[in-house]
Amino acid sequence: MTGRDGTGLDGNEMVLNMGPQHPSTHGVLRIVLKLDGERVKSTDCIIGYLHRGVEKIAENRTYTQFAPYVDRMDYLAAVSNGLGYCLAVEKLLNAVATPRAQAVRVILTELNRIASHLLWLGTHALDIGAITPLFYTLREREAVLKIFENYCGARLTTHAFRIGGLQYELYEGFEQEVEAFCGQFLPKVDEYEELLSGNRIWRERLRGVGIIDAETCKRYGVTGPVLRAAGVGWDLRKAQPYSGYEQYEFAVPVRTGGDTLDRYFVRLDEMRESVRIIRQAVANIPAGPIMAKVPKVIKPAVGEAYVSIEAPKGELGYFIVSDGSTQPYRLRVRPPSFVNLQALDHMAKGALVADVVAIIGTIDIVLGEVDR
Amino acid sequence: MATVPWEGPIPDLLRERLGALVLETCTYLEQPFAVLTLSAMVPALTVLRDELGFDYLVDITAVDYPKRTPRFELGYVAYSYGRNERVRLKAGVGLGESPQSAVPLFLGANWLEREVLDMFGIEFAGHPDPRRILMPEEWSGYPLRKDYGILAMDNGWVQANLGIESGQ
Repeated sequence: MTGRDGTGLDGNEMVLNMGPQHPSTHGVLRIVLKLDGERVKSTDCIIGYLHRGVEKIAENRTYTQFAPYVDRMDYLAAVSNGLGYCLAVEKLLNAVATPRAQAVRVILTELNRIASHLLWLGTHALDIGAITPLFYTLREREAVLKIFENYCGARLTTHAFRIGGLQYELYEGFEQEVEAFCGQFLPKVDEYEELLSGNRIWRERLRGVGIIDAETCKRYGVTGPVLRAAGVGWDLRKAQPYSGYEQYEFAVPVRTGGDTLDRYFVRLDEMRESVRIIRQAVANIPAGPIMAKVPKVIKPAVGEAYVSIEAPKGELGYFIVSDGSTQPYRLRVRPPSFVNLQALDHMAKGALVADVVAIIGTIDIVLGEVDR
Repeated sequence: MATVPWEGPIPDLLRERLGALVLETCTYLEQPFAVLTLSAMVPALTVLRDELGFDYLVDITAVDYPKRTPRFELGYVAYSYGRNERVRLKAGVGLGESPQSAVPLFLGANWLEREVLDMFGIEFAGHPDPRRILMPEEWSGYPLRKDYGILAMDNGWVQANLGIESGQ
């Protein structure tokens, strides 16, 4: 193991430290790469730079007080985080959101999925050297953020939902605005495809890079678009529907190559499917109250529950233990980014240094969620 | 906790394979879970994976109950793509006890177990890389233990660095 100079490396090996301040690591991820020339021999992810002790904070806040904190984990998909948390607490309370609230939740969550994928696409392309798509994707994302802003006043950390339903009634013209966005957004996805899918540099740069097969995905517990690009058509919205997803018709995009290019296609198709869901939901939002009958002071009975949803990045789970008081006794977040990032080592082994950038991008991590 | 007995092929097979090491099989809010003795955890995961098709280890976590013996409750969540079912396994872990690592069964257990070590100080026997993961390496204490108070920590830092009471 030890080389002549006592570094543990043989003559051709070199250690390269990437991050934590590196634009392509999408935050504060540090990776220690062991290289043989240009080839990656192994990676060691060093995380925790953004650790804020979210799970500890939860134990010291009431259920209601903690709700805004979850938005700060995956801050690119704050709505999904909020949905998962609300569903978990509602499960413990044995409460179900009203049909109207459920439909609005679906619309906002899917809009958020589009926003998250758009930011991913723009920055992923930027990492690889295509600068233009970022401007287009951020333009469309802006339209989604405007809808969030009109609905709840916040653009990023929305805190849009409450335990039992929604905080706000829809504003006047919400349906038209969402429908208008859907109408103008679909052609834009084709535009991204025109810019990238047929682009020879883009294809050459992504094809066969960071391959992970279905079996390995399962062994690592990888979920989300990475799993679906490896040929497993598994999506929690279909497998274990929540919040009324069973009412909507949509497909789960699947590819079989398991490489970076296929993950790109899966995410593009997911945006199209999200539009399909949003259109169905917005066309008939049920009338009625936006809040189910939940007590003013949230005090779930003693017990525990694990509830998970399909966040844009994969399975997002909340495990809550209640001791019958107003504060969670223990709250565990199962973040998709954290678990998916583990597979980086497998995907990057044998790749070129330049491909590591593409692989980090294609896993689509948010360090706020990895570190919590 | 108003639990209902959990019946079906999964708890039956677990009992058949592990006998008295399975202490309880229940469901709460339609979510099934089994309580095991600690030494039966990895064998149970093996049965789940190899005989029942639970090929996805979703999560590993722990809960601290300072007044109980054993003090911690270690929890595993497993999912089967084929059955579309999710189960939880739980076992008590005493202070200083080392559960067996599940990494040979599920590669994904690696970081999850490191996080449990980091936050609760539970060491896994046979873990390939037992380091802290989220907290800095030189950190002392285990943040998610109940006796690790956030106010005491705040006071400690403010006193050491600013020389005043924190006022929190």
